[in-house]
Amino acid sequence: MNRVVITGMGIYSCIGKNLQEVTASLKAGKSGIIFDPVRKEFGYRSALTGWVERPSLKGLLDRRSRIMLPEEGEYAYVATVEAMKNAGIDEAFIAETQPGILYGNDSSAKAVIESTDLIREKKDTMLVGSAAVFQTLNSTVTMNLATIFKLKGINLTVSAACASGSHAIGLAYVLIKMGLQHCIIAGGAQEINHLSMGTFDALGAFSVNESEPEKASRPFDKDRDGLIPSGGAATVIIESLESAQKRGANIIGEIIGYGFSSNGEHISNPTIAGPAKSLKMALNDAGLQPEEIDYINAHATSTLAGDASEAKAIDEVFKNCHTPVSSTKSMTGHECWMAGASEIVYSSLMMQNNFIAPNINYQNPDEDTQHLNIIKSTTEKI
Amino acid sequence: MTMQEIIEKTNSFLIEEFEADASLITPEASLKEVLDLDSLDYIDLVVALESNFHFKVQPGDFLPLVTFQDFYNYIQAQIEKKAVA
Repeated sequence: MNRVVITGMGIYSCIGKNLQEVTASLKAGKSGIIFDPVRKEFGYRSALTGWVERPSLKGLLDRRSRIMLPEEGEYAYVATVEAMKNAGIDEAFIAETQPGILYGNDSSAKAVIESTDLIREKKDTMLVGSAAVFQTLNSTVTMNLATIFKLKGINLTVSAACASGSHAIGLAYVLIKMGLQHCIIAGGAQEINHLSMGTFDALGAFSVNESEPEKASRPFDKDRDGLIPSGGAATVIIESLESAQKRGANIIGEIIGYGFSSNGEHISNPTIAGPAKSLKMALNDAGLQPEEIDYINAHATSTLAGDASEAKAIDEVFKNCHTPVSSTKSMTGHECWMAGASEIVYSSLMMQNNFIAPNINYQNPDEDTQHLNIIKSTTEKI
Repeated sequence: MTMQEIIEKTNSFLIEEFEADASLITPEASLKEVLDLDSLDYIDLVVALESNFHFKVQPGDFLPLVTFQDFYNYIQAQIEKKAVA
């Protein structure tokens, strides 16, 4: 079995467009949440969202590559360029090692809606142009990035709702551990636009604290009233230790455990058993005891039921360990398909820079969250 | 629309949307080579013609077109055909 390491990272998010900016925001406890008037006009119950401008790729990519990329694909491209640079991998390495790509993505709603609207208006499918089909695929990120970067290994999109990014990295770990790949570009991407989140807003799951956007995402706090959608993309370069050592790569971290579970009871109501099972499985895979864990980056999205269940699951597994916990979603909002990947990047940046980012807006616990050691302000960790 | 107007409008969208090198566009130059057209690009040419000149391209229309002048002539013929209809 191979040992599996992370050798590069890239990020494009509402709290920063690169590793340096994001590190500064995490340390400062900076929120990336805004009020988007377009959503209000469109009929959203909550117009809050994480926001980052779309990158300008003219001059960086040729026309064919650019027109094929939907919004989330642009984010993923920028994050991946940074990750490859961070890892020090180039075309020669790619040609020799034949890396694969595993990316989390579970929608390309804007591309689907806009192209369908165009066909409806023109009554001629050809007038939608050549790029629409490639923008509307759920696998648009992996299909496009594999072409742009000439990747010839596994090419697979992981669609598992808000666990998509996590599973992309977990599955990359498994494939490299088994020796089926020596390098995989893994990550998660999430579109940010008013067309993509209306159906989620319909469930009443979003915070309506529109008067204070930066205070609206408050995971684990007793006054939390819902999540805030967000997006961008995060990429990590995952390699076998052998591959990394052979080329003298800087090793950011080692992946030593992976755990998962499915609710299996209800499509949206969370359980305690589910997250507890995945935590135990990851610890078991890593061969670690709960007390050996230095930090938990919680999934906590700022919903009443979700945070409560997760808090109970963490308490069940880490009872009496007093393990530091924070949810970076307090700053970023819920980055959905991207979240598992971005939170690996956020946590790795904390490890690299010896700090724990705060769970901003956490003021008072409720009876479900009171047993957790939630980090309220940036903490140095040597 | 005069031929000169057709040429200017066509070259304009080819340079802007298809990022063609303006210095390589001459009446005798090969449309396929200068624009580096692949099968997907021809779909986008159909869209560009519809949005700029408001006529529909029929399957096979592009087959005999080799040079930029062939392309301009085709556009002019389609515009005239539409005007008569």
